[in-house]
Amino acid sequence: MHFAPWDAQRARTIIVAETEKARAFLGDDGPDATALLPILHALQHTFGFVSSEAVELVAHQLNLSRAEVKGVLTFYEDFRTHEPGAHRVALCRAEACQARGSESLAAHLAERHRLTPGSTSQGVTLESTYCLGNCALGPAALVDESKLVGRLDAQGIDRLIGALGGKS
Amino acid sequence: MRLFVPADAAAASVGADEVADRFQHELANRQLDLRLARNGSRGLFWLEPLVEVETPTGRLAFGNVSAKDVPSLLEAILSGASHPLALGPVDAIPALARQRRLTFARVGLVDPLSVEDFRRHGGFRGWQKAEAMEPSTIVAEVTASGLRGRGGAGFPTGLKWKTVNEAPGKRKYVVCNADEGDSGTFADRMVMEGDPFLLLEGMRIAARAVGASHGFIYVRSEYPRAVQVLRRAIELFRQLSFFGHGFDVEVRVGAGAYVCGEETSLLESLEGKRGQVRPKPPLPAHEGLFGKPTVVNNVLTLAAVPWILEHGGAAYAALGRDRSRGTMPIQLGGNVKFGGLYELPLGLTLRELVFDLGGGTASGRPVRAVQVGGPLGAYFPEKLLDTPLDYEAMAKAGGILGHAGVVVFDDTVNLARQARFAFEFCALESCGKCTPCRIGSTRGVETIDKIIANVDRSKNVALVRDLCTTLTDASLCALGGLTPLPVLSALDHFPEDFR
Repeated sequence: MHFAPWDAQRARTIIVAETEKARAFLGDDGPDATALLPILHALQHTFGFVSSEAVELVAHQLNLSRAEVKGVLTFYEDFRTHEPGAHRVALCRAEACQARGSESLAAHLAERHRLTPGSTSQGVTLESTYCLGNCALGPAALVDESKLVGRLDAQGIDRLIGALGGKS
Repeated sequence: MRLFVPADAAAASVGADEVADRFQHELANRQLDLRLARNGSRGLFWLEPLVEVETPTGRLAFGNVSAKDVPSLLEAILSGASHPLALGPVDAIPALARQRRLTFARVGLVDPLSVEDFRRHGGFRGWQKAEAMEPSTIVAEVTASGLRGRGGAGFPTGLKWKTVNEAPGKRKYVVCNADEGDSGTFADRMVMEGDPFLLLEGMRIAARAVGASHGFIYVRSEYPRAVQVLRRAIELFRQLSFFGHGFDVEVRVGAGAYVCGEETSLLESLEGKRGQVRPKPPLPAHEGLFGKPTVVNNVLTLAAVPWILEHGGAAYAALGRDRSRGTMPIQLGGNVKFGGLYELPLGLTLRELVFDLGGGTASGRPVRAVQVGGPLGAYFPEKLLDTPLDYEAMAKAGGILGHAGVVVFDDTVNLARQARFAFEFCALESCGKCTPCRIGSTRGVETIDKIIANVDRSKNVALVRDLCTTLTDASLCALGGLTPLPVLSALDHFPEDFR
């Protein structure tokens, strides 16, 4: 999945569209700031992360301080403030996957692929997540925020990383 | 005739989409009276991808199908010959036949986005009853059912609705909490992906009962498929004018904060703020979203409502045990042979669930611990497995039923590590509003590390217990307040792991 390069005009359009959507639904109840999460999601979806230029724009459009926007941005685990790899693998580290060996998979990723949570290697960014709702088919991972994979083992991880462009 | 391949995320995680693509490809080249439909999952995850085909005598199932099996499967289906993956009639699969599916009656049976399927299998019947009733009568029916919050807190739903119904104000909200973050749980996801109209019908009924005009479904971002399906389902309901006239619903996506499953922090998040917990009172029922009276209910709570309205509160209350009425969609996961969704009347014992239904561990090793109720739930040792799964019995045994996620561990688990993880998770996910949770969780990790490293062991065990008392008594919400449950249950039932 390729992200678009930063484009202030495009960002402004996204912010306005999301604000309008929230307004259209809520009518006169609720401040524009209610659209903040949808806006941050949409910006990240387009540009891959939320830059400081984006924060400034959002703050301006929603009449918030930059600190308020940044406070929200950094509260939520999903939002990135730096460009990620071309692919993201979020490995589940919660109890149900632990019971099926997710911790040894994490060790395998570190050893064989030099991937620790938060790091990027050969275009793949590894993240830790806590429950993907696939608790009877773990260990599980979510690829590029969209594709769930289950019954992972070391070979499965190797194939996955290989297919995404890393070392197989 | 239809051929069903689940579009459920869990089924897709083991190849269901590839199976569907292959069927589509094979069917495209032939003129057949057979068309591909995507259903939800039956919740028999060890059999996924589970393919079903309609026949004049009912639906036949084929388990663990992979894309390469598709040509031979298609031949067998067309010729009526046997196939090694055949499981016979799906309704006769024992794990399904033993269940009492009220909420999950349509999940896996229908095409989740077919309004026609929804209608044909009982959809809208609860709403039709509700539409003809006074709001206060709807509330009375839900109260009579004994339904309690399925998100985990177990608060009586009727009482919550009554409070919002009686709260003054023209603008009110129904908020569906679909931030299903507890490890070991997936029932909300299955409903949203497998029968989204059910949830929407439940919200419509709730809105009528309390006088709300707007609804939100707050879905966690870890569930991208559920978000997609719900958005499409809402669109379809708007086209039917079932939504958009007097009541409408919008989906909002969370952003990876476990604490947003707590209702007040969820409301903060919907308002565009950091998901920090609000002190109560005021209750959301009085001052919720944007300060307006708000019903916040879990997916399973709202999804239970159409059945209750259709069949009456008394019929629902006839099932269950003690003060835990009705059925519970129990989610069995972790290291277990037959993991999946089991909707059963409340009151089944853990042993029946883990062994009779679950078949023991997937690894074949002995069961050592069973965690009930997610990361804030207790670890049960073998000797406590006769505890029934209901709200009071779980509480009496030092645990919680929670959202009824049950995670099985074999004898390779180390409970000191699990206790450490409980604190670590609390530290990671703490919203930072109250000190016991924000600071106590980190101190907890450090102290357990000392115990593991054999530094002043007995003194540090006492310190952990003392810290747990502080967390229990002084935290603002369940995150800090219940983190002691996994920690203390590990200490009490598995002391050998701390020696």
